[in-house]
Amino acid sequence: MHEDKPITIEITRRTVIETGTTALLLTTLPRAALGAGPLDDTGLPPPPVTVALQINGHSHSLTLDPRTTLLDALREHLPLTGSKKGCDHGQCGACTVLIEGRRINSCLTLAVMHDGQSVTTVEGLAEGDNLHPLQAAFVEHDGFQCGYCTSGQICSAIGMLAESRTGMPSYVTEDLAQPQPELTDIEIRERMSGNICRCAAYPNIVAAIKQAAGMPT
Amino acid sequence: MKAFIYQRADSAAHAAAAAVKPGAKIIAGGTNLLDLMKLQVETPSQLVDINALPLDKIEETPDGGLRVGALVRNSDLAADPRVRRRYGVLSRALLAGASAQLRNKATTGGNLLQRTRCYYFYDVTKPCNKRNPGSGCAALAGFNRIHAILGTSDHCIATHPSDMAVAMRALDAKVETVNHEGEARVIPIAEFHRLPGKTPEIETSLKSGEIITAVTLPPPPPGVQLYRKVRDRASYAFALVSVAAIVDSSRGRISSARLAFGGLAHKPWRVAQAEEKLANTSANASAFNVAANAVLDGARGFGGNDFKLPLTRRTLHAVLAEITRT
Repeated sequence: MHEDKPITIEITRRTVIETGTTALLLTTLPRAALGAGPLDDTGLPPPPVTVALQINGHSHSLTLDPRTTLLDALREHLPLTGSKKGCDHGQCGACTVLIEGRRINSCLTLAVMHDGQSVTTVEGLAEGDNLHPLQAAFVEHDGFQCGYCTSGQICSAIGMLAESRTGMPSYVTEDLAQPQPELTDIEIRERMSGNICRCAAYPNIVAAIKQAAGMPT
Repeated sequence: MKAFIYQRADSAAHAAAAAVKPGAKIIAGGTNLLDLMKLQVETPSQLVDINALPLDKIEETPDGGLRVGALVRNSDLAADPRVRRRYGVLSRALLAGASAQLRNKATTGGNLLQRTRCYYFYDVTKPCNKRNPGSGCAALAGFNRIHAILGTSDHCIATHPSDMAVAMRALDAKVETVNHEGEARVIPIAEFHRLPGKTPEIETSLKSGEIITAVTLPPPPPGVQLYRKVRDRASYAFALVSVAAIVDSSRGRISSARLAFGGLAHKPWRVAQAEEKLANTSANASAFNVAANAVLDGARGFGGNDFKLPLTRRTLHAVLAEITRT
């Protein structure tokens, strides 16, 4: 599945947790419930589709049930669990990734709809041990508490700053005719409203974004 | 999610031909359709992906308007310099809707076709005449804070959730379509969305196998454009009441007014009589009241949404006061 790198098996906290959970499920659920896909009661699965994706600079070819969302393709079919599943209905923003540089909710799109396109996830931001400026700013400003929304916040902020550079206005932009609306605290908050943080780290998230944007914090 | 066959359309005619089949659905941005498919409110047996069609351009029309391709993303339409300069009400309405991530995906055609956010339409365990015709309406005696006060029926009190469509209604936009036999048609936006009546499951005047190819905007009417959205949160929430206003006034005297409302009905709501009563009047509270009376003619609440009657009146007052201040 991962064409460029050999697959290594690592025992991580996540592996242990998942194995533990699966073992628990095996003991409590009837076999039929495990065999059935989520919410599928129509019998035969649909014909699989082949999807080519360029993810964080690497080519991937996946054979998927067409129902697979981009988020599930990343998390369940590739070892890319950085993008998080919060609500799975486009309301929380934890699944935010960049498609061809534009931020979207990966839970509300099918992987097959992005055949041939490039995807950037939080795993593709750092260069080796050098964090992306937004990642470094989130660390410096303590832009999180539990961290579950953070990968979505960071991908969203990258998309937001790119939009801002091209002159995208927002609902709070006073003068729409202005070709390059200035980013302010209220502009950043409005433009980031698709990313919910249940720990309410918003003041520090705004500070981190301002630092990464080269604004005084 | 129910199983479906996925296919890509390579032309609008191909898409329309595929969409005429029972159980087939067109998918563009997919932000509303996939949400509903996960809940099994929508259960298409075939998905026809039209994202590869060349319908993503915004072009000038000979009469000085704009033609917006059905696949133009909400964010691109809102950011277009021509839209920002000439159709500020549309840009503002688009930016008031959803989140930036959703606007990057959602399309012009899909925005018009999005379904209501009525709680009972979304909950497959509850009766809903829109989702399951003949099953009843749980909203009538249920939690109906977000529901309609105008144009309702005993069968459905759902609202249309779009902000974009409200601005397009004020602008008298036209919806261009093509059907599976290749025939093109132009539908005025006033006739595009329907009232619920006895068939709330039929939401638009689109026929089977007919797909949206573009929306055209006539040249902008004279006057100042404004979009005001009242909601429970400052951002990323559906409208309780919204107003798209285009008012031509000078020194406190109104020469013409266009007013379209969101959050009040099964379609963007516009009352010609309210606009006529404002034309050639002085901009003052009593004139605004007369207009509000005309807008709210026939309005009724269902308990939870009674507040929308005074809220509509107050919002209209605020909008008209602001827009005629110069």
